[in-house]
Amino acid sequence: MADQTDIPTAGNNTSFLAHMRYAIVSNPVTLLAMTLFSVIILTAVFGPYLVPYDPLASTSQALIPPSWQHWFGTDHLGRDVFSRVVVATRLDLTISVSAVALSFVVGTSLGGIAGFWGGWLDSTFGRLMDTIMAFPLFVLAMGIVAASGNTVQNVVIATAIINLPFYARVARAEVVVRRQAGWVQASQLAGNGPWRILFGRILPNALPPMMVQISLNMGWAILNAAGLSFIGLGVRPPTAEWGIMVAEGAGYIVSGQWWLVLFPGAALMLAVFTFNLLGDGLRDIVDPQRRT
Amino acid sequence: MDRVLVVFKRLLQAMPTVFGIVVITFLLTRALPGDPAVFFAGPAATPESIAEIRTELGLDQPLPVQFGRYLNDLSRGELGASMTTGQPVIQELVTRLPASLELTLVALVLSLCIALPLGVLAATKQDSWIDQLCRFVVTAGVSLPTFFTGLLLVYIFYYLLGWAPPPLGRLDILYLSPPHVTGFYLIDALIDGDLEVFWSSLKQLALPAITLALFTLAPLARMTRAAMLQSLGSDYVRTARACGLTYPKVLRTYALRNAMLPVITTLGMVFSFSLGANVLVEKVFSWPGIGSFAIEALIASDYAAVQGFVLAMALLFVLLNLCVDLIYTLVDPRVKIDG
Repeated sequence: MADQTDIPTAGNNTSFLAHMRYAIVSNPVTLLAMTLFSVIILTAVFGPYLVPYDPLASTSQALIPPSWQHWFGTDHLGRDVFSRVVVATRLDLTISVSAVALSFVVGTSLGGIAGFWGGWLDSTFGRLMDTIMAFPLFVLAMGIVAASGNTVQNVVIATAIINLPFYARVARAEVVVRRQAGWVQASQLAGNGPWRILFGRILPNALPPMMVQISLNMGWAILNAAGLSFIGLGVRPPTAEWGIMVAEGAGYIVSGQWWLVLFPGAALMLAVFTFNLLGDGLRDIVDPQRRT
Repeated sequence: MDRVLVVFKRLLQAMPTVFGIVVITFLLTRALPGDPAVFFAGPAATPESIAEIRTELGLDQPLPVQFGRYLNDLSRGELGASMTTGQPVIQELVTRLPASLELTLVALVLSLCIALPLGVLAATKQDSWIDQLCRFVVTAGVSLPTFFTGLLLVYIFYYLLGWAPPPLGRLDILYLSPPHVTGFYLIDALIDGDLEVFWSSLKQLALPAITLALFTLAPLARMTRAAMLQSLGSDYVRTARACGLTYPKVLRTYALRNAMLPVITTLGMVFSFSLGANVLVEKVFSWPGIGSFAIEALIASDYAAVQGFVLAMALLFVLLNLCVDLIYTLVDPRVKIDG
């Protein structure tokens, strides 16, 4: 989104690190995103050991507004909202990271194979992806979770399936572009088999654009998973998870107990925001011409 | 004639997609955990009576036979009966669909009314405050969980300010719903000439529609801005300006018309998102649309209802995409036979 004039031209001698530094300095928001990202990761890893209260322990002090004792107040069962928000980070990240990882691996392999061999394989595969995309994706995820059983594992699978077409399409496009490249032919002449060329040569080269896709998708995956648990699919109470915490607090918003909804909702928003900023920043680093 | 042919071709192209949707919905609902035979047999069922009902429902047949039956039922508009309400699913969907459509369409119109001018202004005045605003809206908009924005709006406009009615459905309980013509309360109330009901349903609709509009605003504004930037930088715009046309004329006739094409394409994607987000918004505002129907069905693992819902949503999406494509052909004269 920065002005288009100061984009470094491709093919100059700046090394990758220098370019990265350039991208970060010209867009300090990326630096902010990286800082937020590390904070979120640290919270997910160490959060459960640092929280002041047990996130599941009910007390008699229900619905207390934020105070020095309870930073984010307490919920209808007297549980400390701050502790719950912090502890939930790990579960929310686990769900979205594993969903994105799953659809990245499966989508890239399928897309790569379809793009590499082409023919009927490619057209069948393309049809399948079109059919998935023909559903409103969140509705499809609802259907999958309902059909396969209401568990966290199935929420991960459903989120992975609705993300699949995005990765598969990027991977296919990147493989098709590179399939006839000189270095691929050289590798073929050197006696490498097709699988080795696809997974050892072509796909590693296609990684940078895929990385951008990952971080742009991560935020969306978190939103979807939280949306599913908001309507009662996947994670069940009393587990601390952002979507379910917002759902539990929803009934109290009309009577003015805002802290039950605001803090988990804000945490969710912050996480999604971070991944979106990070995705934009990564795109600037990897592919400066596609800046919008 | 060409146009008619394009439309016809496009309709044909949609057929494999529709078939794929039907297959996937069928497979999805056969895998649902609840056994409908056990449900229909009631709590006092014996294994024999369950087996009998299973035969009656055709659930003991192999999958391809079941699929044939399913297709046959579908062709007659038969989606089965909802296990929780006992009503035919198709009837439930038809009575609830207008509520969802009214919400989605009002939200989309609202969001287009804001996104288009915002995107155009941001592109024409690059790096001004309006561009910064557009950037902020775009980045914040995609990060907002709809259910969270909805609740936040309820807190501010209902609890704190008292401007909005309580988030409970389409109409205040003081009023009767207007006589059914289109199912859209806003239109029905106007036809009936009852301004009080119109005003009341508008007030009920405002917050959910704004919530949904905020969600769809981001992709539309982003696309408008990008497309406008591209067409403003193009040769034909430069030529038009060099020929001495006034700036507003160049902007409207040359730049905006060309920029509309990618925006219309984005609309299809936005529909997909807003149909999904609709479910969440309906839950937050107790909106009696098909989304809240689906949530109830999901929790009760009511398989006919879920199947009907997923199918209805997917078909609606195909239909909307079809409309988008048709608008595209009307807007872009270059799209002819190969459309």
